[in-house]
Amino acid sequence: MAHRTGLIDRRSVLAGAGAAFASPAIVRAQEKTLKIAILLPRSGFFAQAGQSCHRGALASAKVLADLGYNVELTHVDTESNGDVARTQAEKAINDGAGAIVGAFESGHTLAIAQVCEQRKVPLVINVAAAPQITQQGYQYLVRNFPTGGMLVTNGLKLVNDVARAANVEFKTAAFLHANDTFGTAQRAAMDAIFPKLGMPFQLIESIAYDPKAQDLSVEVTKLRSINPDLLLIVTRAGDAIKLTRDMVRQKFEPKAIMSPGSPGLYDEEFFQAVGPYADYFIYNLPWANPKAQMTRALEASFKATSPKNRFDLDSFNAGFTFEALLVAADAFKRAGTTDGPTLMKAIKATNIADHVMIGGPIAFTDRGDNVNIASASVENLKQTPTVVFPADAAAAKPVLPMPSWQGRT
Amino acid sequence: MSFSLYVEVLIQGVLTGLVYGLMALGLSVIFGVVRVVNFAHGEFAVLAMYAAFILFGLFHLDPIVASLPIAAAFFVVGYMLQRTVVQPFVTRPQHEQFILLVGLSIVIVNALLLTFGPESKHTDLSYSFDSYSLGAVLVDKARVYGAAAALVVTTALFAFFRYTLTGAAIRAAADNLTGAAVVGLDVKRLYAISFGVGLACVGAAGSIMMALTDMTPMLGPSLTLLAFTIVIVGGLGSMAGALFGGMLIGVAEALASVIASPSIKSMVSFSLLVLVLALRPQGLFGKAEA
Repeated sequence: MAHRTGLIDRRSVLAGAGAAFASPAIVRAQEKTLKIAILLPRSGFFAQAGQSCHRGALASAKVLADLGYNVELTHVDTESNGDVARTQAEKAINDGAGAIVGAFESGHTLAIAQVCEQRKVPLVINVAAAPQITQQGYQYLVRNFPTGGMLVTNGLKLVNDVARAANVEFKTAAFLHANDTFGTAQRAAMDAIFPKLGMPFQLIESIAYDPKAQDLSVEVTKLRSINPDLLLIVTRAGDAIKLTRDMVRQKFEPKAIMSPGSPGLYDEEFFQAVGPYADYFIYNLPWANPKAQMTRALEASFKATSPKNRFDLDSFNAGFTFEALLVAADAFKRAGTTDGPTLMKAIKATNIADHVMIGGPIAFTDRGDNVNIASASVENLKQTPTVVFPADAAAAKPVLPMPSWQGRT
Repeated sequence: MSFSLYVEVLIQGVLTGLVYGLMALGLSVIFGVVRVVNFAHGEFAVLAMYAAFILFGLFHLDPIVASLPIAAAFFVVGYMLQRTVVQPFVTRPQHEQFILLVGLSIVIVNALLLTFGPESKHTDLSYSFDSYSLGAVLVDKARVYGAAAALVVTTALFAFFRYTLTGAAIRAAADNLTGAAVVGLDVKRLYAISFGVGLACVGAAGSIMMALTDMTPMLGPSLTLLAFTIVIVGGLGSMAGALFGGMLIGVAEALASVIASPSIKSMVSFSLLVLVLALRPQGLFGKAEA
């Protein structure tokens, strides 16, 4: 019908609309740069750790560019809120993000994972230890971070290794932990794993404390009464400060104070609050390899982007955030497309030998976990976190037994 | 566990309880006279902690010494607050008073969060890490100084109520409001003074606490709850009861931590609260209503 020429018919409208809706995916697949949205809790309850990860993300841009990766990073605040994390993930994907990196907190990460699964956009987890994240069958996520169980197992094994390296023997140990979600999860892991590892010392007492308590004087008094050789602790920065203060006041001096895998002891807040008393605490955690070329490159970039902060204190969060970005960027380079399923396939096939954190190559199991992540023993020496074990990554020898509180300046 | 460790825990409980008692005393004074429950009490304590933190940062003034100017400033704040905001609510239903003061507490917490952020703050005092050795017993210096200061402020407060005309007038108004008004006492002014004295107590206690612990804006609600527990156990409106309640809660929590587990501290203090409410609803030192 000639008279209808030039008019838009219903089929054309539908075809046009279909093309318009489909175009973001087509455009995304053709893009030469991968847009990565980094979702972190940069304000609210987890702000301190979120900011630490954020500084790592800021430092990553130059390192990735120098390595020849074409990525565009956008930084998004999840406000320490799971609902905000979910909404921001949706928004980031609508704005063209081809991959998501985040989200520090396990609950927020799970909220984002649901969005990524629906939208078929890869999620590369930087920090989140809850085991169930990779046990729910999600196809569009990988985690370059150990589970809580891995943290405790690796952390406990290192207790022995460090003691042997320093020629120190522990006969008894006490375990002091916060009674919050993280602390009780670590306690459960400890109860399950400790008997299986055949440790050469006896765990004589486990003490749970309220991290919101005004002080930990009674807890320390109780520790003094049982006088263990080794004190194992799971803390966060605030209670680590209270604990240190009360241990010094009460002159409680075990041979060593070690964390089998928890934050708090390497935070700037901790160093500022207790000064020289922060020294000789040992924590067994995944850590940036100070001898790796890529760590040095990241540190140099970190100094330029965050001159007021110490890389030594941020290297845990910054290192894992960088590696998550590296995984996405490397997969994009190999896949040559931002198409979600293809990019995810490339991410699952990751094998990166040269990276930042101590351990084997970055590679993922079918579930999406990286089981090659190792822990290191890090000791605060001269108020700086220093790798003391394993020997091939160590920057100093472990100082054990811990010197007395008295006379420290 | 050796005997000396129990003695040590007992001493720690008493010393901490004295500071808590001073804080709770403010709540008791305000309720005893004005008959308004200050649901923003803990938030005012935190406000005082920040004031002490600022004074320490600016002038290196020890928080225990700073408790005097802070108490004076809080008296003025309390006086003004009562005259301008609280007074119109004195005769209104209790739920309206509750909403007013809870609203005030939310404003204080959020203003502190906006100004100082969520990170914990502390003061680096020369004696923060020191302790006294009494044989096998160790006692924190900061706690000894804090308890001594709390005792001085409490004694001054008792003296004020016992030996000054204004103190006697406040007691008269608390005992018999109508009688006080009939004999010509300016009840509104006495209310304002009482509110000021209550806030001076919490100001001094907050400043002293800054020498003992770290603080964040979110500490307020737990301190309010603690103050309530203490005054209900001691007897709402009873000054001696508040002080005794503070020590009782301090000692009970400390002993429970040693005998059982530190994480059940709160359970013990609240069990004590339930027990007192069930057996002696007016509190240990409170007067039963006729």
